[in-house]
Order: sequence, then C-alpha cells, then structure tokens
Amino acid sequence: MKELSLILEDEVIPIVTIICLVIISISIALLLYRVIKGPTNPDRAVALDAIGINLMAMVGLVAVLTYTTKLNDVILLIGILLFIGTIALAKFLEKGVIIDRKHN
Amino acid sequence: MLFAVFLPAILAIFIPFLSKWKEKIHTGYFVLLAPLAIFIYFVRFIGKDFDTVMEQYSWIPSLQIGIDFYLDGLSLLFVLLISGIGALVTFYSIFYLHTSEKLSHFYVYLLLFMTAMLGVVLSDNVFVLYSFWELTSISSFLLIGYWNYKERSRYGALKSMLITVFGGLSMLGGFILLSIITNTTSIQAMIEQADVILSSDYFGWILALVLLGAFTKSAQFPFHIWLPDAMEAPTPVSAYLHSATMVKAGIFLVARFSPIFVMSDWFFIFVSGIGVLTLVWGSFMAVRQTDLKGILAFSTISQLGMIMTMLGFGTKAAIFAAVFHILNHATFKGSLFMIAGIVDHETGTRDIRKLGGLFTLMPISGTLAFFGTFSMAGVPLPFLNGFYSKEKFFDSSLHLNEYTSELANLLSNAIPYLAVFGSIFTFVYSMYLVFGTFLGKKQFDQLPKKPHEAPFGMLISPIILVLGIVVIGLAPFLFNETILAHAAEAIYGEPVKAHIQFWHGLIPAFYMSLAVVGFGIVLTISRKGWQSIYRFIPGKLSLNKAYDFILAQLENSSAKITNTYMNGSLRRYMVLILLTIVICCFTALGLTNGFAWDTSNLAPITVPEILIALAMATAAIATIFTNNKIAAILILGVVGYGLSLLFVVYKAPDLALTQLVVETITVALFLLCFYHLPNLTERIESKAVKSMNVLISLGFGVLMTVVAISAHNTKLFDTISEYFIETSHDLGGGDNVVNVILVDMRGLDTMFEIVVLGIAALAIYGLVKLRNKKGAE
Repeated sequence: MKELSLILEDEVIPIVTIICLVIISISIALLLYRVIKGPTNPDRAVALDAIGINLMAMVGLVAVLTYTTKLNDVILLIGILLFIGTIALAKFLEKGVIIDRKHN
Repeated sequence: MLFAVFLPAILAIFIPFLSKWKEKIHTGYFVLLAPLAIFIYFVRFIGKDFDTVMEQYSWIPSLQIGIDFYLDGLSLLFVLLISGIGALVTFYSIFYLHTSEKLSHFYVYLLLFMTAMLGVVLSDNVFVLYSFWELTSISSFLLIGYWNYKERSRYGALKSMLITVFGGLSMLGGFILLSIITNTTSIQAMIEQADVILSSDYFGWILALVLLGAFTKSAQFPFHIWLPDAMEAPTPVSAYLHSATMVKAGIFLVARFSPIFVMSDWFFIFVSGIGVLTLVWGSFMAVRQTDLKGILAFSTISQLGMIMTMLGFGTKAAIFAAVFHILNHATFKGSLFMIAGIVDHETGTRDIRKLGGLFTLMPISGTLAFFGTFSMAGVPLPFLNGFYSKEKFFDSSLHLNEYTSELANLLSNAIPYLAVFGSIFTFVYSMYLVFGTFLGKKQFDQLPKKPHEAPFGMLISPIILVLGIVVIGLAPFLFNETILAHAAEAIYGEPVKAHIQFWHGLIPAFYMSLAVVGFGIVLTISRKGWQSIYRFIPGKLSLNKAYDFILAQLENSSAKITNTYMNGSLRRYMVLILLTIVICCFTALGLTNGFAWDTSNLAPITVPEILIALAMATAAIATIFTNNKIAAILILGVVGYGLSLLFVVYKAPDLALTQLVVETITVALFLLCFYHLPNLTERIESKAVKSMNVLISLGFGVLMTVVAISAHNTKLFDTISEYFIETSHDLGGGDNVVNVILVDMRGLDTMFEIVVLGIAALAIYGLVKLRNKKGAE
C-alpha cells in the first residue's frame, strides 16, 4: 500500500496534473479565439469570464505541481475579481456606465 | 585708484534720486563732478619722471582673479582722455539735453560707461579687463538705444551689441588660452613670458581671437558697420563713445598686447593690413554720406584704421605717432561731433544737402569746425595737431621693419601708396563737411528751424577741444615727454624719444602731405563729376546688406531647423526618442562588443510556460490589429492575466495577487473613460510611414531582447538575495521575504511609492473637480 501511494505521489500525480494543464490550456486557447474574434462584446465578456475560471483551475494545478499552499490566496482573489469584473463589464455593456451618478 | 574707477558707478546709484530736482538743477551738474574729480586725481601723475603704479585688490583669489590696476603711460593717456573728454561731454550734454528728457537714465548709463572704460584701460587682470569690456558693450547698447521709441535707435543698438559682444566673446577665448599657456592672469606677467606665447602651438588662435575682439570694438573692416548705425544715439554719446573712448578700446587692446605679438609677421599683416584697408574704405565711404554724423562716423572708422596701421608697424616712430594720433583724434573728432550736434540742435537737420551758408549765422561754431576739419584732413598748417600726426604716419610708413615673409614685404611696400590714397579722401570729406555746412549756397527756407548761434554753454566744450588742437599744434613739447613718450614706452617696451618739431624739413613725408592736399583739392572741386563712381564701388554690394542677410538667414534657418523636429506631433517625438535609443544602444553594443550569448545556466522550459507565452503573444499581437475599442481593452486584459499566471508559475504569489488586482482595475478604468477614448479606425498612412513605424518598433523590440539576453549572461557579482532569505526571519521577524524587503529592508522605496499613489489620487481629484472654474481656461 505504501509503495502504491509513493508511486501515486511521485509519478502519477505530476503526469495527471500536466495533462490537466494542457487540456485547460487548450480550452483557454479556444476561449482566446472567442475573445479576439467576437463577434459581439457580450461574447467576449463571457469568454473572458470563462478564461478567469480556467485560470483558477490552472493556478490550483500549478500549486499541486509545486507542492505549495501559498497560491490559495491567488485562487480566491481571481474568483472575487472575476465576479466584480464580469459584473462591471455587464453593467457597462447594458447601461454604458459602470458607476451611476446621483445627479444623472 | 579703486575709488577713482568706481566713483562714477557709485554716483550712478544716486542719480535717480538727484534727478528728481532736474527742473531746478540739471542733473548733469552733479554728474560733472565725477569725471572732473577723476581727471584731477590722474593729472598729478603727468610728468617726466612718471613711474608705473600697481594696485591690487582681492576678488576671487582661488581663480587668480583680482581687481589689479596697473597705471603706465598708455593707461594714463587713456584715463585722461576718458575723464577729460567725459567732463567736457557731460558739460555739453547739460545744454544739449532738455530737462524733459529722461535725464536719470542717460546719466546712469553714461556713468556706468565711464566706470567700465576706466576699468578696461586700468585692469591688469585679463578677466577683469574682459568684465569691464562687456560692461562697455552693455552701457553703450543702452546709450545708443536711449531714444528707444525710435526704430532706428533700437536697430543700431542691437547691431552694435551683437557685433561687439561677438568680438568680446572671441577675445575671452583668446584670454583663456593666454592664461592657460602662461599660467597667470596678469597682463604684465604675460608680457614677460612673450617668448613662451610666441612659441606655443596656439599662438595663431590667440592672435586671431584677441585681434577679433579689438577689431570689432574699434570698428575695423569688415566689422565697422555698427558704428554708422550707432549715430542714432544722442550727440554727446556719439562724441564720447564713438570718437574718443569706446572705439579706442580696441586700439588700446592691440597696444597693450603688442609687446607680446609684435615679433610675429602675422601681427603686422593682420593689424596693418586690416588697418590700412579700414583707412581707405572708411575715408572712401565717408564722401558718400549726406548725414553730418554719418560722415563723422566713417571718418572715425578711417582714423581708427590709421592708428591701427601704425600700431601694426611696431617701429619706434610709428608707435609714437600712433599714441600722438590717439590724442589728436580725440580732440578734433570730439569737437566736430559737438559742432555737428550744435548744427542739428539749432537748425533741426543734419542733412548736409539741406545745410549751407551757416557761417554768417553761426560764426563761432563755423570757426571751430574749420579748425577741427583742417586738423582732421592733415592740412599742412603748423598750428594744427592733425598735420603732425599725419606726417608722422607717412614718415613711419616709409621706414618699416624688414619682414621675413613675402606677404608682409608686399604689404609694407604697398602701404605708403594706400596711406596717401586714403588721406586724399580724408581731405575730400573734411572739406566737403565744413564747406558744405558753413559756406556755399544759403537755403534757410529748407530748414525746419530758423538757425541761430548756439548758447554759449554749449560752445564751451568744443572751444576747449579746439584750444587743445591749437595748443598741441603750437607747443607739442608740452605733451611730448610728459605723457606721449611714456605711453609709447609702455607699448614699445623700451624708452622712446621722438620729437615733434615745428618743421621737419623737406622730407618725403612732407611731399606726400602736399600730394594729398593737391589731389584732394582737385577731387573736392570735381566731386560732383566723379561721385557716380559710388554706383559701381560699392554699388549694390553693401556690408550692411550682408549683415542683414546673415541675421535674417540665421533666424530663418533656425526656425526651419526647429520646425523639422518640433512639429507638435507626439508621434514624431516618440519616433525621435525611440530612434535615438535604438541607434545609440546598438552602436554602443557594437563598439564595446557587449553582446553575450551563453546557454549554460538556463533553466529548463516547461509546457505551461510555453502555453502561457503563446497565449500572451497571441493576445498582444491581436491588440494591434483590433478595430473595436472594447475588444482591444479586453484582449489587453488577457495579456495582464497571462502575466499574473506567469508570476504564479514562477512562484511569486504576492506579485500575482497585485498584478491581478491592478489589471482588473486598469481594465475597469479603461471602460470608465470609454466615452472619451478615440474611436479605433484604420489609420490612413503612407507606406513609407507605416514601414518606418514597423521598422522602429521591431528595432526597439530586438534591442530590448538583445540587451536582456546580454544582461542575463553577464554576471559580474553574486546576487544579494541569499542575504535576504537568510536574515528575513531573524532581522525582519517575518517569513514572507518579499514583504520583509518591502517594509523593513527597503521601506523607504515603499513610502515614496505610497506618496506617488497619493499624488496621483489628488491629481485625478483635482483634474475632475476643478475643471471649468475660473483660471482653468
């Protein structure tokens, strides 16, 4: 049993992680195509949001690959920022402004 | 002596207060005290057993600059001229300038000029000499432009300023070379090291630069053009500055330095060559003038050329004659200017074509003018000083030194003929001046004012000067050994004994004088007949036109040059900046062989890095080609997030956090000011411009890559990061090394970056809130 867990840790996990990384990269690349190509701005906004989620996954995988817990903050932060950013974008696309002014 | 030199400047401080009572007492009476006191102070030094005096005052000891005054025969002669004629001119100006003029301005400038001129002739330190020299330029600029509401005055003042300051600056260059070669700043110490200077490699430069200063100040060809335009100044100024003192500063300089330079043939060629050219050209041009002061200005130019020529000869007799003529010229030219001023003042015009037959109305002025002009012409009458100095001039031109170079010999053979030729024209314009004004046709109806004799006070100064002409003429022995011999000795270096006698006998010089008079009379009578020659010489070629052309060209071409790069386009400036960086850095890399390529300590490349780099590159390139604003902003966001991911991969979580936040805010800010961003459209640019842009940006990118690679492969020192990692816990009390560095090890940087953010925030607040208020336009 112990040998199995060692094998898992030393060989299987890195390989799986890298495979996952590559798959996520491919999905980012496809999303990037969507961001660049469009054709409408909401398309781009959604694609950017999805890229952000993929980034979170990517950071998590990198953390696994490098045996560190220091990157957990980054994952959480991306989550918050994505939310705020997407809301701002959505509001902008809908109303044309991000912050409403009382005097308007 | 220090007090004597600065007395006028000190008095100048009080002139504005004294001029408040100008309606009751003319301010000039106060001013008169200064030159009189100086004259009386210095007149004591005159005498056979005169000895040089040296006084030293400390100013900037570390640079060897001290206010050192050295009084020898030459400077004594000049000091007496400056203070004596200064007193006469001041007295004359009291009657010439009405109290409704801005008297305080006039006298402040005049007193400043007096101090400057005294300083020039008395200074032993070259740099102090230069300081006073520039002060004469500035005060003369102010005096020429005294009636600053006249356009011609301003033009003349600017012209004289530009030319004399140009010369003054080159003279400073010569002085600096001199002081470096001799390792001293004292003129007398330089003269002792004359052989060092003569054998130095820079002798040619020194000679040329110092002489350039002297020639511009003394209105030598071709720099004489400022003097006729300086005639827009009030007549007392013309009489003082442009006949007796300032224009002789260049003469003084040549005389002062001639012990050093005289051994060189080039000194003779330059000084005598230019001098005789000035003499001929000045007298030739003087005949053409129609303005009284214009004639006198060209006459001054020509007489200065004559003195310069004699200084260039460097023989005993010539130097004595030069000194003698300095004195003589000051007397007769000063009086003639004053008379021209009187004529102007009493008739309202200086145009000689309108004047004529004034002798019956202005007998005293007329008589004085006869003495002055006959002396100037060198008419052989034994009671006129001009005759003696002219004869001495001819005499010395026949007995020149032997020269080694052919050019100098050729010049020395030609000079007597040129001297006679120039003197003939001197005779012609002198006669034209006096007969045209005081005799001839009476045409009083053309005059703006009804002419009458001047007030007596105005006549006193020219009378004293004309008395000087006669006294020097009748009793030259009074001046001969007491002052002139000392002055000549100071220039020549050895005691000079030359006697001006009542009658020299039938020497060749006397025949030359007779020839001048003979030809002169013929030319004067037939003047109308040959005057059309001026249509061919100088014809349309005028040095004034050359000056105006040069000035206009300077302005035009500098405007053109400035417009080539300062076209107000930010794009052009960026192109210039980037091009400069690319060219300079590549040149430096090429010259120092700085490119280094070393793959030994590279880390292995992993798959995620490649993927992220590809994504970022794709997004970055896509940004350039996007035509949609929002798309551009969003794609730029991809680059930023890619960068934060790179930070993650390279194990920099703090950087990744910050980068994420900043990127988000930046994108949000872009969206915030979205309305004000310009629409992205296909820019219409020529292919040349486009390819230029591509070339520059590619060049810059390649440059940065090359620099980064080279920098990475050039490790000169070990990094200090080990120290931070080891001590971060013990010294900083934290395990996050980045944060310990930011707030403990290098907290100062952090503080000022906070300040930067604070300033940016305040500035944004200010820009947003304070617009469209008053003063914002």
